[in-house]
Amino acid sequence: MEPQMQHLYEMLSKVDGYIYPNEIELNWSILIVLYPFITGLVAGAFILASLERVFKVKVLKPTYTIALLTALSFMMVATLPLISHLAQPQRFYEIMITPHLTSAMAIFGFVYLWYLMVVLLLEIWLDYRRDIVLWSQEKTGVMKRVYKILTLGVTDLSESTVKWDDKLGYFITIIGIPSAFLLHGYVGFIFGSVKANPWWSTVLMPVIFLFSAMVSGIALVMIVFMVVNYIRKQVIDMACLNEIAKYLLIALILDFALEGLDQVHRIYEAEESFNILDILVKGKLTYTLFLFQWFLGMIVPMVTLATLQFVKNRNKLKKRLYMMTGILVLCGIFFMRWNVVVGGQLFSKSFYGFTTFKLHLIGSEGIMMAALWLILPCTILAFLFWLLPPWKRHEV
Amino acid sequence: MARDEVKSRRDFLSKAAMVAGGLFISAGASPFASLLYATERKSKTGPWYGMGIDLEKCIGCGRCADACKTENNVPREPFFFRTWVEQYTILNDGTVHVESPNGGIDGFSQKFPDEEIFKSFFVPKMCNHCAKSPCTQVCPVGATFTSPEGLSLVDPTYCLGCRYCVQACPYGCRYIHPVTHVVDKCTMCYHRITKGLLPACVEVCPKHAKIFGDLNDPKSELVKFMKDHSWQVLKPHMNTEPKVFYNQLRAEVR
Repeated sequence: MEPQMQHLYEMLSKVDGYIYPNEIELNWSILIVLYPFITGLVAGAFILASLERVFKVKVLKPTYTIALLTALSFMMVATLPLISHLAQPQRFYEIMITPHLTSAMAIFGFVYLWYLMVVLLLEIWLDYRRDIVLWSQEKTGVMKRVYKILTLGVTDLSESTVKWDDKLGYFITIIGIPSAFLLHGYVGFIFGSVKANPWWSTVLMPVIFLFSAMVSGIALVMIVFMVVNYIRKQVIDMACLNEIAKYLLIALILDFALEGLDQVHRIYEAEESFNILDILVKGKLTYTLFLFQWFLGMIVPMVTLATLQFVKNRNKLKKRLYMMTGILVLCGIFFMRWNVVVGGQLFSKSFYGFTTFKLHLIGSEGIMMAALWLILPCTILAFLFWLLPPWKRHEV
Repeated sequence: MARDEVKSRRDFLSKAAMVAGGLFISAGASPFASLLYATERKSKTGPWYGMGIDLEKCIGCGRCADACKTENNVPREPFFFRTWVEQYTILNDGTVHVESPNGGIDGFSQKFPDEEIFKSFFVPKMCNHCAKSPCTQVCPVGATFTSPEGLSLVDPTYCLGCRYCVQACPYGCRYIHPVTHVVDKCTMCYHRITKGLLPACVEVCPKHAKIFGDLNDPKSELVKFMKDHSWQVLKPHMNTEPKVFYNQLRAEVR
């Protein structure tokens, strides 16, 4: 028997109550959990970068390019879990050629390309153009050629041109903020608009996705910032780190409030689906929702960060706690995506029972594959730090 | 005073112009409103197919599910169904038990003693070929489409296998075919009905519990069935406008 069939027979023996026969198999698995997780990191990192650029939070300056490069690395990978999850991955381009406009999914390719090409690549290029030109003059051999290609032939470094770079970059960041909102709010809409699924179908879904994106993106940049400083053996800019932590706390509070509102609303309205969802969260999602997502991923980081707001000095302790908080938050948001995507498929749309889910280590939908899609962006980020080191830039 | 009057008149005119302008712009945008609705409205000409299911008549023999698997090359596993039969048992204490072992193909047994049972009945399920089908709405490439006869069909050469339609169907009628790796579902036996034959499940039903017909034809057996019975559709609150009409459908059935 084929492994897939074997797997389904095993699942069949674990069905609880009644499910429609076609519901045995979970159609969206860990790769679709990664998709909103990764796009969320992109949107969140970009929003942190824009705080410095547009909202003039000057103390965040050291994280600006780090945040942008982080956003770019994860953005480059964002579609890969999606494509590798398709049953017919070789047909993926059809979504770009013949998008079916009533589908919430159809526009993703365009939103993605807009964000990658127009916002991220252009902004980073404009921001780095002066350095790239200078590097192309300083370096020798292959690297000289590489940087020369990266200048795209625009080697003018006159004061007015550099000023224009800055102005254009500023303008793109302004466009980028609603784009980041669009990108991730849209991902939320893909789930929130499925009326057949009461666990997904809430008008708050895009907003919750957006704020959780900010939370995860800020946490990621905070971790990257600390790791980069640690590897480079630099004394970390504590004022900057404290400021990131402050924004992380604000984003966490907003996200917590929104998710709380969603749950309160569900409980109070107690619609037809309430009973099955109640069994779901108290049963199959107990650990991933109450423990990982809410307690460890939200409440502990919130209390820690709020307490640290009142602690002066004690930088070593603060750094450790920030690192711990960052990791907890990232895991928490991962489990938030997990609870949405996987949790939403565990109960039957008949509301009479549950199917089950078993994650495999290997295979196209396995843990190893998921790990690959998380390690890849980190590798790209390391490469980008090597190619466009934020710490070797030329003073203006 | 006079100045105030002029001012208020000017005010009125500017407000009226704003309202008129707003209406004008929204009128221009109205073609785009079609994007907000699921699918086109039902066609007035040509056939518009639907199915009636008389639960009073269904004996749960499962021949419909069996014939469907044979006719449409649906895998013989105890999952993957284009049509299946559910057994509902409502006990005296009000609890509802639903079962569909192998889709009903191998028949049913009753595990509760008679004296505990308030009511027991069978419900054949299939694609509802909704007039506002959410599966058609969400397909990112249009591989799922509504045929001119109002049937929700899939182009297997075009489907990406993204499974968004599987998620969007409130009735659990879609699955990814393990051999073709594209989505598969009931076509109302399109290959048969276009040749004037009945869908396989209708053809084999020994009790004539399934009534196939054209909703646009006032003389069709389906229209007659709908006139004679107080039918109901599944999950009407979803507003998908299903075209499978059940006689004697109880509220417990979902």
